[in-house]
Amino acid sequence: MYQIIKKRALNSTVTLMEIHAPYVAAKAKAGQFIILRVDEDGERIPLTVAGCNVEMGSVTIIFQVVGATTMSLNEKAEGEYIQDFVGPLGNATAIDGLKEVAVVGGGVGCAIALPVARALHENGCKVVGIIGFRSRDLVILEEEFRAYCDELYIVTDDGSYGEKGNVCLPLERLLKEGKHFDEVITIGPLIMMKYVSLTTKQYNVKTVASMNPVMIDGTGMCGGCRLTVGGETKFACVDGPEFDAHLIDFDEAIKRSRIYQDFERHAREEHCNLYKKKV
Amino acid sequence: MSKINLNPKKCAMPTQDPTVRRRNFDEVTLGYTEELAVEEARRCLNCKNKPCVEGCPVKIRIPEFISLVAEGEFEKAYQVLQESTSLPAVCGRVCPQENQCEGKCTRGIKGEPVAIGRLERFVADFHNERQTEFVNKVCPNGHKVAVVGSGPAGLACAGDLAKLGYQVTVFEALHVAGGVLVYGIPEFRLPKAIVAKEIEHLEALGVKIERNVVIGQTLTVQELKENLGFEAVFLGSGAGLPRFMGIKGENAEGVYSANEYLTRNNLMKAYKPNGKTPILHAKNVAVVGGGNVAMDAARTAMRLGAETVTVVYRRGKEELPARKEEVEHAEEEGIAFRFLTNPVEILTDDNGRACKMKCVEMQLGEADASGRRTPCVKEGSEFLLDVDCVIMSLGTSPNPLLRRTTDGLATTRRGEIITDENGLTSIEGVYAGGDAVTGAATVILAMGAGKNAAKAIDEYLQNKN
Repeated sequence: MYQIIKKRALNSTVTLMEIHAPYVAAKAKAGQFIILRVDEDGERIPLTVAGCNVEMGSVTIIFQVVGATTMSLNEKAEGEYIQDFVGPLGNATAIDGLKEVAVVGGGVGCAIALPVARALHENGCKVVGIIGFRSRDLVILEEEFRAYCDELYIVTDDGSYGEKGNVCLPLERLLKEGKHFDEVITIGPLIMMKYVSLTTKQYNVKTVASMNPVMIDGTGMCGGCRLTVGGETKFACVDGPEFDAHLIDFDEAIKRSRIYQDFERHAREEHCNLYKKKV
Repeated sequence: MSKINLNPKKCAMPTQDPTVRRRNFDEVTLGYTEELAVEEARRCLNCKNKPCVEGCPVKIRIPEFISLVAEGEFEKAYQVLQESTSLPAVCGRVCPQENQCEGKCTRGIKGEPVAIGRLERFVADFHNERQTEFVNKVCPNGHKVAVVGSGPAGLACAGDLAKLGYQVTVFEALHVAGGVLVYGIPEFRLPKAIVAKEIEHLEALGVKIERNVVIGQTLTVQELKENLGFEAVFLGSGAGLPRFMGIKGENAEGVYSANEYLTRNNLMKAYKPNGKTPILHAKNVAVVGGGNVAMDAARTAMRLGAETVTVVYRRGKEELPARKEEVEHAEEEGIAFRFLTNPVEILTDDNGRACKMKCVEMQLGEADASGRRTPCVKEGSEFLLDVDCVIMSLGTSPNPLLRRTTDGLATTRRGEIITDENGLTSIEGVYAGGDAVTGAATVILAMGAGKNAAKAIDEYLQNKN
């Protein structure tokens, strides 16, 4: 069992938790992920590591309540325990040798983009942060990003905060102005990463996307997380989760991400009904 | 000595009716009663040259345990079993006996061999049902050994070392111990309660099981040795990585690796009404491959409510690598087989879901290096199979995590860990066995390798200290 030592709501649907898992905390690096189960019959879900504290032996996760599992995770209070927590899984973000990087995050993906920005910053790299949200009330981690980014651009879909539009807008403007990036690292919804990739491809800037597909074991065993990269089948868990965005078949990844949509919707509704009964 | 039973046929195994069991996950075979076990045991001729023992990878003293069964001394029979095998209740159920002990049985020359597997299972179940106290812990010898992976190889190695007094910690990547016995083999063939019992045995012996630790990620082999004080390490990480065909449409919705399909069902209990892990309840399922895993996947699909389940195999019925009993059970349950057939493409509907599988017919050509005849495509034989789910069961390759993160660990080009005959790898104090070394094989071979390595580890540490 793994204790929740801290819990904080970042916005109406996004929650931060610090979980006591000393083995994982000692090892986890930006870009890696963990798999957790909330309770005895729970499903295994992957979440990217949002930070860790070696002294405290804690790992930070930030998640959006989207399905039954994240909903029951969100119902756990500080001090309570979750059933299983395993990691760090996958490969860490490759940051060595990078001097100027744009980190492009969207929505809850910003929670994962932040440790990448931080790792780059601490490695002496110039970081341009571009973070996008649907609206003002969903903006998360702005202060933290400011601390690690040399420049920060915030966009919202409805223009209620920062620039109106999506993350490709400031990104393309910077590229058009001739701004040099060794690499663009993008983390967020698949559709956003697809368009970031299409944008940077025109300017021939190397781009890395962090994938978060359906997964069970996270150690290469099930192949559920497979995706096509440069015409080859790769497993996000052991070969990734980061891949050359220009080679990823995003359309296929988007289709694969929807496989259990109906099941998820149903499970979520059922969970809500249960919850209502309890209350 | 009781009189020999001259019946040329094995005593039939009580079995759930196929029309009932094809829709439930309860165990298919129900096991011998005491009467049936004695009757079957009396078929054994107690041959002097014991060909059955030759056929057993762990050299169980088969005629000895069987004569004890014939005398009704079931508990004594168990003691004989457990001197050679760590997992009799498991192996009695899943061993390919027809290629091993039973394949060599003298009774098999004119008639059916003695049902050694069924008797092994009977004895193990008899013991497990009655046992109330677990074995006492052995006096610890003060030496620490780490075992990576809690599948058959790891469990056997850990058990033997614990019995010698070693302080053993098993590291398991998943949240449940048992490896392929829990994620791979379905409940209807190997009830999970049996595996849990074996794990309980080990824990009672003093073996510590650390779940949720991925060696190669959470901790490295080097850290186990240098920082955590383990004097020897056994790698039993299995051959977990599923292979795919590389055909068009293979990543479509509705296409699974057998590993994923079985893991969702067996480990994550997707078949249970309250299971929180989703699985597709498909109507027309095709399973590609002909091994035991393919049979498990096909029979699982039937139990999840499929209307048709077809096993598609590129060679003929004679070449099926699956155990004969599994093939027969599958046929009884209404699984269809299309032999000499190979998929070339999976077609999808407008939503990207698998809807048809394009196949070609094959014919067997010249024998290859392994002695099996190579299938080649019959020109112009393309046809379409209606499917909404395809399960690829093409075998697995060893997990890359250990070789990527363990400096100096020699592996073959295919990624299998290289060891000497004692299971020693290229690193001092690090041993390996099971599928991680041999590629996908059987439970009994993995268990044998684990036991073998335990012996070698004991010798190594005795000499070192």
